[in-house]
Amino acid sequence: MTRPALEAEKLNSMTKQATPTESRAGAEDASATGVAEQEIADTDELSREHQDQKAKQIDRTAELDPETLLKLLNQMILIRRFEEKCAESYSLGKIGGFCHLYIGQEAVAVGALATLRPDDYVLTSYREHGHAIAKGMSPDEVMAELYGKAGGCSSGKGGSMHLFDADLNFLGGHAIVGGQIPLATGVAFASKYKGTDQVTLCFFGEAAVNQGAFHESLNMAQLWKLPCIYICENNQYGMGTSLQRAMSLHDVSQKACAYEMASEFVDGMDVLAVREAVLRAVDRARKDYLPTLLEIRTYRFMGHSMSDPGNYRTRAEIEKHQERDPIKLFTESLKEKGVLDDDRLAQMEKEAREVSERSARFADESPEPDPKELFTDIYAS
Amino acid sequence: MAVITMREALNQALREELRRDETVFLMGEEVAEYQGAYKVTKGLWEEFGDKRVIDTPITELGFAGLGVGAAMVGLRPVIEFMTFNFSILATDQIINSAAKMLYMSGGQFKIPIVFRGPNGSAFQVSSQHSQALESWYAYFPGIKVVMPSTPADAKGLLKSAIRDDNPVIFMEQERMYGQKGEVPEEEDFTIPLGVADVKREGKDATIVARSLMVPLALKAAEELEKQGVSCEVIDPRTIRPLDIETIINSVKKTNRVVVAEESHPFCGVGAEISAEIHERAFDYLDAPVRRLSGAEVPMPYAKNLEKLAIPDVNQIIKAVREVAYLDS
Repeated sequence: MTRPALEAEKLNSMTKQATPTESRAGAEDASATGVAEQEIADTDELSREHQDQKAKQIDRTAELDPETLLKLLNQMILIRRFEEKCAESYSLGKIGGFCHLYIGQEAVAVGALATLRPDDYVLTSYREHGHAIAKGMSPDEVMAELYGKAGGCSSGKGGSMHLFDADLNFLGGHAIVGGQIPLATGVAFASKYKGTDQVTLCFFGEAAVNQGAFHESLNMAQLWKLPCIYICENNQYGMGTSLQRAMSLHDVSQKACAYEMASEFVDGMDVLAVREAVLRAVDRARKDYLPTLLEIRTYRFMGHSMSDPGNYRTRAEIEKHQERDPIKLFTESLKEKGVLDDDRLAQMEKEAREVSERSARFADESPEPDPKELFTDIYAS
Repeated sequence: MAVITMREALNQALREELRRDETVFLMGEEVAEYQGAYKVTKGLWEEFGDKRVIDTPITELGFAGLGVGAAMVGLRPVIEFMTFNFSILATDQIINSAAKMLYMSGGQFKIPIVFRGPNGSAFQVSSQHSQALESWYAYFPGIKVVMPSTPADAKGLLKSAIRDDNPVIFMEQERMYGQKGEVPEEEDFTIPLGVADVKREGKDATIVARSLMVPLALKAAEELEKQGVSCEVIDPRTIRPLDIETIINSVKKTNRVVVAEESHPFCGVGAEISAEIHERAFDYLDAPVRRLSGAEVPMPYAKNLEKLAIPDVNQIIKAVREVAYLDS
């Protein structure tokens, strides 16, 4: 084995040590999905796996104070209710175009963004309502953007796939698969150039990993030691094509080896596992200007977009993954831990619904963009 | 004024802007240690070091996108394509990211970036290394496209492009790097983008030419003068935004126009200029606008065929005589 290869192996085994072993088991299990005729594990097995996952999550709560834990749950619930409201508004014709919901993947954005300072950067794909809210953007402005209204975060010119907030260093919402990956690499380049210790989180789906932009970016990031954390949200389907039908090497985290980059595989249904892994990567980036690739295995419970007929996977497959619902898991963990009771949970649910309803009202009442806005913001003066 | 080459003028512009503004950096293939494939960046790595003059892997989509990302957060990247032929790999980042970011973010993220390098035909490098792509980029609102034809224009326009807050496609011409000309020596010499230059005044016909076609148009005008035809030669210098007013004013004076270009005619810049003239100055025309473009073929390798694919001085003379109805 060559020296670089040895080093890569060392690096990998080093980071993989931190990887919870049960996540691996989850990966193998998940890799069998995408085949419509697959056998669904029996209820007992699911239950055992669920209990095991919960025990691990409860262990992870030890480091965090109750308010932090509840805040994470609160954000996840808010995103879920917000997305449900989006689905409703879409079906009423109030939201146009494409609308990609984040339901099922909430633990990834919430766990990852919980590790950041406000001045850190986030870039993501077109499935980004959750990331925007987790970065602190106003649900009102996000919803108004989806409605194409002047009060939207991008003044109604971007829509669901192009949410931006310069004040919060939320750098979009990008709708060409993998297009945000070189951009994020450049943002991280600028942090190093300017000598700041800001880090950049770059989110993308597993289908983006097949794009050249991903590979070109990882090569440059490791070559030049850029503080960028590449987060592959592996929800196992690129639109209607399963990972197994699209990727010769299914283990996304291993692709980092090609660039001698640190990587981890993470259970994306456990918000605390996500938080811990991203925290390790953020430390590496902030202290040593080093990039990391994280494969965070998750699952979207809804279609690719609101217009997805969903005929590429079975109801049973979706239901099996819903057993691993990140909100359900975290709720149970916090209850068992004694941090959460039914009253507090009901209060959170109520508030989340109110915020979502209010955002829809705000969006409804916000005016349409002035027709003269058609010709503004084309060139900076 | 000093007489220097186009290559030296571009080098001066880059050096002055790198000195002037810490946020400017230069990135591309072979721009640093190798001193630039066409030596435009000669000596810059020695002066500004690894941080600001950066050799990249051969990864055009990657470093174009990296530049756009860096521009989102306040840097002013100058991204060199060894030639614009290779920019084709980077078009997603130029078009979908750079051109649209300001608009789709509701005015929040400007992209002050320059993509520069040689465009158009070179010497016997065949189809994939010899093509003019200005109409591609000029098509998109949000992008500016600049094509200098003299060393002075090259220097003044490049400095303005680097200071501009928008994505600028700055197209040099591979055959013209050694061309000499007078360049003003004052420190802050710039030329505004979007302003055409009347390279020669005349009264009988207008020749609109850009980049490689400008020196050919001027030679043609000299010859035509001897034949009793006074030609005005207009170089738009910036393709987008296009200074159509200067062209229209010339047409109103001469009533006859030839648009010369080395690019293909179909959906080209010449077609756009021709349409604008017909829409705005139809009543002033004494003859239909005549386009003279590169042949509708991929560029061949053989020297004789290559020569036939690009308009030359004689063809420009012939076209002007046609719109003046001198040979009918």
